[in-house]
Amino acid sequence: MEALFYICAVLAVLAALNVVVQRTPVYSALSLIVVLCALAVVYLLLGAEFMAVIQVIVYAGAIMVLFVFVIMLLNAGRETPSQRSRLARWLGPPLVAALLVEVLTVVWRQFPPGSAAPAAALDAGPKAIGERLFQVYVLPFEVTSILILVAILGAVVLAKKEL
Amino acid sequence: MGTFSETGFVLAVTFIKIAVVLVILLTTIAYLSWLERKVVAHIQARWGPYLVGPHGLLQPLADGVKFLFKEDIVPLEADRVVYWLAPFIGFTLAFLSIAVIPFGEGFTFRGHTITFQITDLNVGLLFIFAVTSLGVYSIALAGWSSNSKYPLFGGLRSSAQMISYELALGLAVVGVLMISGTLSLRGIVDGQAGFWHVRGINTYLPHWNVLVQPVGFLVYFIAAVAETNRIPFDLPEGETELVGGFHTEYSSFKFAMFFMAEYANMVTVSCLATLLFFGGWHGPVFGPAVLRALLPVFWFCLKVFCFLFFYIWMRGTLPRFRYDQLMAFGWKFLLPLGLLNVLATSLAVAWLSSP
Repeated sequence: MEALFYICAVLAVLAALNVVVQRTPVYSALSLIVVLCALAVVYLLLGAEFMAVIQVIVYAGAIMVLFVFVIMLLNAGRETPSQRSRLARWLGPPLVAALLVEVLTVVWRQFPPGSAAPAAALDAGPKAIGERLFQVYVLPFEVTSILILVAILGAVVLAKKEL
Repeated sequence: MGTFSETGFVLAVTFIKIAVVLVILLTTIAYLSWLERKVVAHIQARWGPYLVGPHGLLQPLADGVKFLFKEDIVPLEADRVVYWLAPFIGFTLAFLSIAVIPFGEGFTFRGHTITFQITDLNVGLLFIFAVTSLGVYSIALAGWSSNSKYPLFGGLRSSAQMISYELALGLAVVGVLMISGTLSLRGIVDGQAGFWHVRGINTYLPHWNVLVQPVGFLVYFIAAVAETNRIPFDLPEGETELVGGFHTEYSSFKFAMFFMAEYANMVTVSCLATLLFFGGWHGPVFGPAVLRALLPVFWFCLKVFCFLFFYIWMRGTLPRFRYDQLMAFGWKFLLPLGLLNVLATSLAVAWLSSP
């Protein structure tokens, strides 16, 4: 089980790097799908089957299909490297390093080495998630859906000047 | 996990199950292609395959040999990696979903219960949806990587179509889930045992979900036909307008893999329709113990066969949709109908369960 976790974790990180490194948009999108599927396996190893399956259905099966669809529709080939701004070149690496250190510190503080993983005791079945979502977190949930609705309307208005 | 021998026993049983299911599925796919050609031929007052073996029964074998020995042509401008990957994705995913489908009750062998199912996931239904939702990549990538206009159109059409009809497909089964209260396929079938009782009177109607979810079944079946790219929804491979659609540039065994994936998907959605709406393996069971163990599997296969036959029947009967009709039908009719069904079912469930 632990070996499977390390395989998936390494795969996820490598594929995530590949998303950034690839120059062909379709390859980047495919790598992102690999990341999402690898994360789904990690969820599965944590005992959250429902989350794992939903991750694949929603992200890999629906959202990324739209990504690939748009890439194909535009028929985007290899992208040509643009004149990178000097600011990004000098500021980028230190900022990325700072972010990485920040994330690692938080994880280190939350789960010091040797502490058992707390996820095993958590009930992550469809029923538990549904109860949480529609009782405890019902307001944030509804607000998020309204936000998404606004975003969709905005996109339609921007894309179609004459309706 | 018990002793080593027990673990070994479970592993051995699982491997045997996988082998048996795979052999049966491959044979089914091979003879489904024969059946399709035969039935469509008879609908059109022709004979269909007749030369290889009696009534053309060895035709699938001949087709397989032909696919194996044909030249494998890769277009010069194709994106080689993705071009190779696409048929493998489709083939693997199509065969993956059969792993969670229960074929029958199971039996007891030397104190071990052996179920007619490779593995019983508690989110089995969602697993199948996840796998089929990934299946679109096979078609979309095949169309893109061929670097040719007709396959590209096929791939584009297929991604748009699959996204549109996946919503209806998901909504259609929500009603069943609300009635059965579980995501496990075995649990859903267990909820459909016996007969319907109305006010304590036995109606002798089977306790199948289709009788309380006719609209859900209708939406599910139409969406499932669209998801498997079959007539009247086979626009991704419309021969008359797109040459062959997404697989125009594919030949030899890679084409055969697309072909097998499509048929395997047909088998999967037929199995799912049987499990969700038609009581799975439930049917009259009688006779000695061996017959009692095997009859449910027979009923299951019979129901699945009826669905497969219906698929072929539709192909011989219906014309193809136009593209705008397809989109309008999916979004303006099927999706609202699915939503209404969810609403009505939830109201009924709440009303019936309230004291």
